[in-house]
Amino acid sequence: MDGMQPSAALSADRLSKHFGDRVAFQDVSFEIGYGEVFGFLGPNGAGKTTTVRTLGTLLTPTSGTATVAGLALTPDNAVEIRRRISIMPESPGLYLRLTVLENLRCFADLYQVPTATKRIEHVLSAVHLTDRAQDACGALSKGLRQRVALARALLNDPQVLFLDEPTSGLDPVAARGVHDLIDELRQRGVTIFLTTHRLDEAERLCDRVAILNTTLRTIGRPDQLRDELFARTLTVRTAVPLGAPDRLFGSVTGVRAWHEDDLSTYVLTVDDPAQTAPEVTRALVQADADVLSISPSHHSLEDVYLELIDVPAGQP
Amino acid sequence: MTVNPRLVRAVVDKELREFRRNRSMVVGMAIIPLIFSVQPLVTVFALSSSASGPLRHEHVLLYMLGIPALVPSLVASYSVVGEREQGTLEPLLTTPIRREELLLGKALATFIPAAIVAYAVFALFLACVGLFAQPSVASALIRPSDVIAQLVFTPLLAGWSIWVAIVISTRANDIRVAQQLSTLASLPSVALAILIALNVIDVSLLTGVVAAAVLLALNRIGWRVASALFDRERLILGTKA
Ligand SMILES: Nc1ncnc2c1ncn2[C@@H]1O[C@H](COP(=O)(O)OP(=O)(O)OP(=O)(O)O)[C@@H](O)[C@H]1O
Ligand SMILES: [Mg+2]
Repeated sequence: MDGMQPSAALSADRLSKHFGDRVAFQDVSFEIGYGEVFGFLGPNGAGKTTTVRTLGTLLTPTSGTATVAGLALTPDNAVEIRRRISIMPESPGLYLRLTVLENLRCFADLYQVPTATKRIEHVLSAVHLTDRAQDACGALSKGLRQRVALARALLNDPQVLFLDEPTSGLDPVAARGVHDLIDELRQRGVTIFLTTHRLDEAERLCDRVAILNTTLRTIGRPDQLRDELFARTLTVRTAVPLGAPDRLFGSVTGVRAWHEDDLSTYVLTVDDPAQTAPEVTRALVQADADVLSISPSHHSLEDVYLELIDVPAGQP
Repeated sequence: MTVNPRLVRAVVDKELREFRRNRSMVVGMAIIPLIFSVQPLVTVFALSSSASGPLRHEHVLLYMLGIPALVPSLVASYSVVGEREQGTLEPLLTTPIRREELLLGKALATFIPAAIVAYAVFALFLACVGLFAQPSVASALIRPSDVIAQLVFTPLLAGWSIWVAIVISTRANDIRVAQQLSTLASLPSVALAILIALNVIDVSLLTGVVAAAVLLALNRIGWRVASALFDRERLILGTKA
């Protein structure tokens, strides 16, 4: 590619967008590497779509700078940036009076795709729509339209692909299809910027996620965020309440603290559940306790999300 | 500014396909020419040869300039707000196309059918008059100066209507409102054409040339204003911006 290429496929530095008095997003900074799948999470109105539109050269940022597909986000670079990226918007935005094929043909022309017919066949089969090519888009269901929009976004073989809630409204099988497609694109080195409300999706697909609520609340690997935010715990359940839990848990070195959560249910704060669980088991057996279960805590990305979303802006 | 004709072409192709399948648009495009050609036809065929004298001082042909003035406003007013309502504007704007290419594509996609309809109806009218009207009426009606005026003013009026309608379309939030406003905006052109046709306003070669020059200037201004409004952010946000 041309000359010096920055190491980031996509980066933002204190990027902000205001609509008059309304702040859509503020001081957003991040760096995304080539081939990374980056999840962008946040509640309704958090500014996700506005961020995508801004990075996609559709809106002019109010302040801050960014690079997109290796180019500085400036008016002069806008055409070249748009050539290198593509966006699947929130709503599919298909020409309903035209057929699937005509829709794709129009965009293949606009992207000046060299071997358009072959490329269209390829993207259609990627979203499993080859047999619907001749259907008018107006006659397609919501989920099928979504898939046409995805096919359209693949036409120009983008370096950076923005997907704005690509699986909203899709049935589980279709959503799985989209996930598989994202995996495939990642393997081919496509950088993917994925906004979603589905935390399981983000957890499964994304190398890193950012949580936005007008300002960026956190950014990191899903497991890393979990560990940072939540103490790791072991939950011990016994058949009858322990006689002297204080002495018993105090004798195990890996246990930092404990509390009784419910009758006969004890939550132990530990550094490393894998190492401490056997020790706790031994101590319980020695104390003749009737153990029902010992399980490490499982905090999901959803817990992280819910924890961070309510914190007022500027605090974390 | 460099305009890539292939991208303009892609927009024109897409727009024409869409119009063809939009029934209300097709019906509108058919009704307007009907209105503006039936009336002159009736006038002409109702005349006996003795009435061809006064006809010599009227410009009945120019009555049909209402077609290029009105037809484009119907189509062009849809061009931006229609896409915004369908949600197709955003994907279109994420492609590498430049604003001038998009604007030119949309304008041409209106201009081509409008010009074809206007010239075709005109040709048909001339043919009818030549074949079926009294010869003296025909020769009084079809004068070279009026034919030339018709040929020259058709694209000029169509262009002006297109720019006005596109400007309205970029700022409107509703297709119907945009179409009504654009129709309203093209009424002065129509009225002027009718007044000239009925000889209420006297015209000469000089006024004709001046009018053409003014329209040419208006077209330039229209293009400028429309391309300034074809900024991506404005197009996406509409009047909310
Ligand atoms: N055209 C606009 N004019 C004014 N305010 C806007 C406009 N578009 C978005 N906003 C505001 O900017 C904020 C961010 O909106 P945005 O659409 O980016 O949110 P989002 O995170 O994509 O939400 P969702 O999850 O509902 O899609 C909201 O407060 C919204 O009302
Ligand atoms: Mg959104």
